[in-house]
Amino acid sequence: MDLSAEERAMLAGARGEAVRRAIAYQIEVGDFWGARRFVPVTNVHMMGDIEVMGDGGLQFLREEVSLGARCAVATTTNARCIDFAHCRRLGQDEIEAGKEKELIACLQQMNVITTDTCINYQTVYQPHLGEHVAWGDTGTVIYANSVFGARSNFESGPAALAAGLTGRTPEYGFHLDEHRRGSFTVRLDAALDDLADWGAVGKLVGEAHQNYFAVPVFHGYRGTPTADELKHLGAALASYGSMGMFHFVGVTPEAPTIEAAMGGKAAAESVVIKESDIESVYAGYGLGDGDARLVVFSGPQQSLLEMKRLAELFDGRRVKDGSSCFVTTNGAVLAQARKLGYAGKLEDAGVTLLEGVCFYILQNLSPMRIANGWSNMVSNSAKIVNIIGAHRFNTILRRTAECVEIACSGVLR
Amino acid sequence: MAIRVERAFGPAVEGEALVSEEGFSPRYDLDRWTGVITKPGHKLEGASIKDKVCFFPTAKGGIAAGWAFYDIKWKKIAPKAFIFGVTNPVMVQGAVFAGITITEGWNPRAPEVVKSGDWVRVDPSRRTIELLRGA
Repeated sequence: MDLSAEERAMLAGARGEAVRRAIAYQIEVGDFWGARRFVPVTNVHMMGDIEVMGDGGLQFLREEVSLGARCAVATTTNARCIDFAHCRRLGQDEIEAGKEKELIACLQQMNVITTDTCINYQTVYQPHLGEHVAWGDTGTVIYANSVFGARSNFESGPAALAAGLTGRTPEYGFHLDEHRRGSFTVRLDAALDDLADWGAVGKLVGEAHQNYFAVPVFHGYRGTPTADELKHLGAALASYGSMGMFHFVGVTPEAPTIEAAMGGKAAAESVVIKESDIESVYAGYGLGDGDARLVVFSGPQQSLLEMKRLAELFDGRRVKDGSSCFVTTNGAVLAQARKLGYAGKLEDAGVTLLEGVCFYILQNLSPMRIANGWSNMVSNSAKIVNIIGAHRFNTILRRTAECVEIACSGVLR
Repeated sequence: MAIRVERAFGPAVEGEALVSEEGFSPRYDLDRWTGVITKPGHKLEGASIKDKVCFFPTAKGGIAAGWAFYDIKWKKIAPKAFIFGVTNPVMVQGAVFAGITITEGWNPRAPEVVKSGDWVRVDPSRRTIELLRGA
């Protein structure tokens, strides 16, 4: 990679050992992808919690703190694995909770803003067209690239932290025009009335095109997608397809037309998503032993508008005895949902509200599943039903109102 | 018989091949305490990746994988190398951070010439994978 004088100085240790290590690591990653140089970033979003990092990751952070590591640009954190207010009731490990507290303190000493949210793009920072950022999780990246027209690769925890320390990231992938052009088109010939329908589109398109550099171009939709709909679409595309970007003609900033989104390239394929395709997604989930005692609204965390809708659907109802229903969101949304009465309605219905976490990465999730005897997990998030398999859940995607009905009736259809 | 790879990082390693027809995520598919692939229905369900040279056609998801490679290396259940047909930045960032050999792109397509149980050598500096002996 061609390094600037400042970058060469970093590599020589002029800004300390933590920065030297960070930029040396970034150069290795950049070399792998053939990056020619670094680009400065204005904002970093990183994943870092004890469930994903483990003891080795915590030890790494301790070393970083001892080396005086401090992020040079605004760096926020993704959803984490423990909501301390619910830790004991969920049967989470007290030793791990102690480590999580130490980990959070380490990050804060490194000038990291522990926002603990995977919906930073809805609640914390909205980059502009062409702005280079270094974000993770995948749902944040695909939203940044697609809806804002900002530029980020999937930046995993160590890579995002390195970007925070050096204030830059290797220029490859979605930082470059050549990778931002559409590669195939998808005509949406379906109503897509529920968030889960948008996730189902992401599943259909993502599963069939598993490639980070595949960029679908959606067109033909007869309505205007909302931010939450695009969030579920993007999260599912990133999850099933490992995709980092999509275009939506007339909606996303780099797609005024199909031709503009394709950047002069011919589409490798033209896909059509029909109503029957969406229905076949729902029909494709086996109901296992019929267990309907776990319903989850998480992955991504709920926006304020999603909280409002759930509060309306649960109003005056109760989660069935013996069943559990979890909603995850971030601190900012939860505070506002409390003020507006949404949180109260949900709690009155017996819903557990978890703050700053994602259900998928909850510490101790496999033992929690066993202790509760859960076999199925029902959700309106296509993303979470895809990613939680290693914990041996049988997962089922259902529309939002159906999920609420299952939570309250204990009957799975 | 040698396979050419397009991109590579890490030290040269030798080991037993574990060849998958399905993509991989250390988060979605792997029990990170035992090193065994546990996702129900995964084509390698029940197989351990520990000390193997793992061949996967694609990478799945997921940002959390970046720390997961370091975590499994720390727990001494990491594979010797990850050989991907197509990968994504997270896998590369994670493998580089953990010091695990990783490659992307294969010619010919690795599953056509290597099967699970074969003994292979991965040389990132020469961008080659050699089949040393069959299972």
